[in-house]
Formats: sequence, C-alpha cells, structure tokens
Amino acid sequence: MFYREAGDFKTSYQSDSQTFPIKFDRYRYYVVLVVAFGIIPFIINDYWANSLLLPFLIYAIAAIGLNILVGYCGQVSLGTGGFMAVGAYSCYKLMTAFPETSMFIHVILSGGITAIVGVLFGLPSLRIKGFYLAVATLAAQFFLVWLFNRVPWFYNYSASGQINAPERDVFGIIITGPNAPAWATYLFCLIFLTLCALIARNLTRGTMGRTWMAIRDMDIAAEIIGVNPLKAKMTAFAVSSFFVGISGALFFALYLGAVEVGEAFGIQKSFLVLFMVIIGGLGSIFGSFAGAAFLVLLPVVLKVVGADMLGWPTDIVAHLQLVIVGGLIIVFLIMEPHGLAQLWRVAKEKLRLWPFPH
Amino acid sequence: MSDQLIFATEVILNGLMAGVLYALVALGFVLIYKASGIFNYAQGVMALFAAMTLVGIMNGQVPFAHLINAIFGAHITHFGWNVPALLAIILTMGVMVLLAWAVQQFVMRHLVGQEPIILFMATIGLAYFLEGVADLMWGSEIKTLDVGLPQGLNVWIDDTTYGILGYGFFIDNLDIVATVIAALLVAALVAFSQYTKQGRAMRAVADDHQAALSVGISLNFIWVLVWSVAGFVALVAGIMWGTKSGVQFSLSLIALKALPVLMLGGFTSIPGAIVGGLIIGVGEKLFEFAIGPLVGGATENWFAYVLALIFLVFRPQGLFGEKIIERV
Repeated sequence: MFYREAGDFKTSYQSDSQTFPIKFDRYRYYVVLVVAFGIIPFIINDYWANSLLLPFLIYAIAAIGLNILVGYCGQVSLGTGGFMAVGAYSCYKLMTAFPETSMFIHVILSGGITAIVGVLFGLPSLRIKGFYLAVATLAAQFFLVWLFNRVPWFYNYSASGQINAPERDVFGIIITGPNAPAWATYLFCLIFLTLCALIARNLTRGTMGRTWMAIRDMDIAAEIIGVNPLKAKMTAFAVSSFFVGISGALFFALYLGAVEVGEAFGIQKSFLVLFMVIIGGLGSIFGSFAGAAFLVLLPVVLKVVGADMLGWPTDIVAHLQLVIVGGLIIVFLIMEPHGLAQLWRVAKEKLRLWPFPH
Repeated sequence: MSDQLIFATEVILNGLMAGVLYALVALGFVLIYKASGIFNYAQGVMALFAAMTLVGIMNGQVPFAHLINAIFGAHITHFGWNVPALLAIILTMGVMVLLAWAVQQFVMRHLVGQEPIILFMATIGLAYFLEGVADLMWGSEIKTLDVGLPQGLNVWIDDTTYGILGYGFFIDNLDIVATVIAALLVAALVAFSQYTKQGRAMRAVADDHQAALSVGISLNFIWVLVWSVAGFVALVAGIMWGTKSGVQFSLSLIALKALPVLMLGGFTSIPGAIVGGLIIGVGEKLFEFAIGPLVGGATENWFAYVLALIFLVFRPQGLFGEKIIERV
C-alpha cells in the first residue's frame, strides 16, 4: 500500500539515481537519522552508551569494512583484529605526538595508515585464493599483534605495555578519557558511522563496487572482460582496511580507553566481526548493521536473563553463552544462509505486493 | 663440533618432534576436507573436547555436574570410581563417534551444497558450541591427563650424546612416543584408505560426490565415518597435547598451529600434512633460536604463518596440493 514505486514520479536524473528510490525507505531513513542524531543524545546515559550503543556503532563500522572485502569483493579475511589494532595504535601514536590536532583528523589518518597496511597484506590475494587466502590473512593477525606487543615504540615505552587514551577534545568538548560525557562519544562515533555507511553505500553502487562484485562472482571471467584484478582487489583491501582502521581507533580511544593488544584485538575479534558480516548478510550494508546489532545485543540479553534474572553463577552463564552463540550461528546458517538482510529483503518484497500474496 | 652447531642440532630435533604433533592435528583437517570439502575449524576444539571427556571419564566425574548443582541445588561432583585408561579411551572414542553422528545429522546434512565459506562458518559455530558444552560438562578448570605415557627427560639419549659430544641433548620421552604414535597413525590411515572397503569408498567420495553416489555409496555413512576418524585423530592429538601441557582451553588453539601446516602441505594431501608439519616445526624453532632474541622473542606465534604466506605466493596450491586448474 505504502511501500511501492507506483505514484512516486522521478522528474530528474538526480532523483532517479538516489540512494533510496522508494519513498517509504527514504522517510524511514530520515526518521532513523532524526532519532539517532536528535533524540538519543539527549536521553543517553553511561550504561546504555557503554554496554550497547558504542559497541554497536563501532562494530557496525568494522562490519561494513569487512563486508566490502568479503561480501562485495569475495576475499575472505581473518585479519580484522590485526587491522583494528593498527587503527588503534596509529591513533594512539598520533594522539600523543600531536595533542593539539582535532580527533577527527587523527581518526581519519589512522584509517589511512590501516589502509596502507591492509594493501600490503592484501598483495598475496593476487596469487592466493579462497581458503588459502583466509589462512594467509591470519599471518597479518598474528604478526601485527606480536609487533604491537613486542616493539616498545608503539606503546611509547610504557611499563605495562598497555596504551591509554589521553584526554582529547573536539571543539572544546572532551571526547576521550574517563571524563568524556556519554552523548559526546556517542555522537562522535555516530558521525563516523554515518559517513562510512554513506561512502560504502555509494561506492558499492558505482563503478568500483561493480568491479568488486565482478571479481567476487568469477575473477577469471571478470579479468577477461577487462576488469583489472590488481586494482579491484587492492581498492577493496584499502577501503575495507580504512573502515576497519577507523573502527579500531574509535574502539580504543572512545570505547575502551586502555588497550592490551592481545586481549582487545586477538583472533576472537576477527571471528566476531566475520560472524556479524555473515549473520547480517554478505554483500549488504544493512546486513552489517543488523549483524553488529545482533551480536552486540545477544551477550547482554543472555547476561541479563541468565545472571540477573535467574541468578545462575556467572561462569555457567558464560559457558551457556558460548553454547547459545555457537548454536544460533549454526541454526542461522541452516535456516537463512544469506543472513538477516535476506529476511529484510523478503519482508520488503511482501510489503510491496501487500495486500496480495503474489 | 662447535657449541652453536650442537645447540642447533638439538633445536632441530625438538622442532621435528613438535612438527609431528602439528602434523597430527593437521591430519584431522585434511581427512575431512578431502572427503567433504569442509574446512573444519572445530578440529582443535574436538581435540579439547576429547581430552576433557577422557579426563572426565577416567576420574569418574558426573557430566554437567555444575549445571545440575546450579539448577537443583545439589552437590554432586564424582561418581566415586576411577576408570582404567584403556577403557576410558575406548569410551571416549564412542563419544567421539556419537559426536560425529550428531554433527552430520543435525548440522552438515542441512548444509549440503552451500558455499564453502558458509560451511566454514558453520564449523566455527560448532567450535563455539562444543567449547561451551565441554566446559559445561566437565568444568573449565585446568586438568592433568595421565594415561601412562612416559614423560620427562630421556636419560639414555642424554647420556649417549654426553658421552659422544660432551653435551647431553634434552629430548622429552613424550615427544618420542608422540612421534612413534603419529607414524603408526599415519600408516594405519593409509592402510585403511587403501585396503578396506570403507576406505576406498571414502576416497571415492573425496574424488567425486555424485559419481560415488551413483555407484551406490552412502554419502551419509561416509561422512559420519570421516568425522569419526577425524574425531579419533583429535582424540590422539588431545591425549598427546593434554599430557604435555595439561587439558585446558589453550588446547583448542592447536588448530591455529595446524593451519599454516595445511597451507604449506596443501589442504588435500596426507603426506603434505606430515612434511608441512615437520618444516614448520623445525623452521619456527630454528627461527626462534637464531633470530628470536634479536627481535624480542615469541616469534613462534606468527613465523609459521608468514613462512606459509611467502611460500604460497610462489606455489599457490601448497607443496603437495592438487594443481589448481581454473576455467571460466
């Protein structure tokens, strides 16, 4: 009834090629933006920010990044944790070396540095494919974590080997360190997420996204029709690592505040982000959001239900959580291998035909 | 012989032994990958699960004691008996077969024909699931496993080398036993796949699913068989590593050690897994010995991966892998 193209006349090329061609989608998008920017910052408190909203925003950026690489370009990567660590450590080095510069610039620069590292570790993808590549990216994961653990220059020779985010501000508002108000950190992450999602959405609709998808679907055929695999794969690695680096920088500077690299950016993180991408849906920006929301929410819900409501010992809840997460992933893959995004697509298709069944 | 050379020889010997243990884990991967095209990330957790079950059965622990106590307020922990090692191993093998059947029945059967990456993700889900179940069943504290394997310094080698070279080599008895068992295991696997009916059927399935199906081989049965064999390999690896360093969570991380071995040897080759394991074992020990002190140590974590990565750039299918032929 309301979710359809009919009656929504496009009168210019610009409106014909806009991101959300259907009016309902467009309004929904505006409503989400208004709620996220205009309402939540006024009602947010520390608990909500730290346990749900910040991790969701940051993981969503990482998931978008990984989705570009895995979902759009078909290059499976298990090095996400390592690349997040690159973002975090470059952000730390920049923050301590140039305390006067705005955090915006630091975070974006950390993304840039991560992109360079990502391209470096992406180079073997020209020769290695499939699982061999997935395992090869583990080299990045282990090497980078080891590097940040062992070379004291990266953690400024601090005795504990940890890095701690110093207090920095944007336009006079403190956004890192323990004194940062919840709404400011939230807004800062939200701005980055919005920008990343916009960039990703438009990149994947354009030439670049199409060459990525051609490489994903069949790389040899793509090469024959004139797609340059070097350029396509390297841009995918660069863009993906850029986003992952940004999320790593935010994860360290705004969310955790203090980081021990093996713990925060270990292999578990790589798997977590990959799960988000798969559960959300490969090759879908919305899927990245859905996957991140799902996997951030799940442990919190389990903890609230298991430990707080039923009063079970926390170690049993922690083990049960493993069982439930593992089980859910399997059930999900069996029921809907294309992820939450596919459910959303099916729902939209039904809406479009409503009230008729076919 | 100069001191450096003697040290290096000792390092190489120890590396070879470690390599055999890596190869043991890698074997489990290769078996499943060959027969069903599934890259089984859960192999390491299966080793952990097997070792924990073995310890639990030997000590007569009550499964899920923690959970039962939490729900019903009881205080049960042990049945109060001890099971002899051999019987416990047989019982554990039964559990692993049951697990293989369950995996096939409830997970893999429903995912036939999906893309490899989906199957891979499913095994990661399986790994989480199994880890949680193992912890719930037997408790997550570190346990010691002793099935009567000899342990500690081999005095004979120490004495002999001291007599010849003036320096006693430190070689663990357990490593020697592990090497022998691994060699036996490989021989048994080769014999099984070459000379038995089921083994031939397994190879046929590995070659071509549809052709195997059309000559009357039951895919379901073969896959349960393959997962059982992988479970058996996991049990052996679990016993070795569990005896060496205690049964604990880090046992499941040996899967990560086996991955570069697989890359180097090729995912589809049993001899590849052995040779790859030896190369990685010697390589990382030698690297740590020679270069490690210069760059801050603990290079074992990544050296194997970087070695495999560099190697793959020149030979993308691994040492013994089938040649990759790509067609449009």
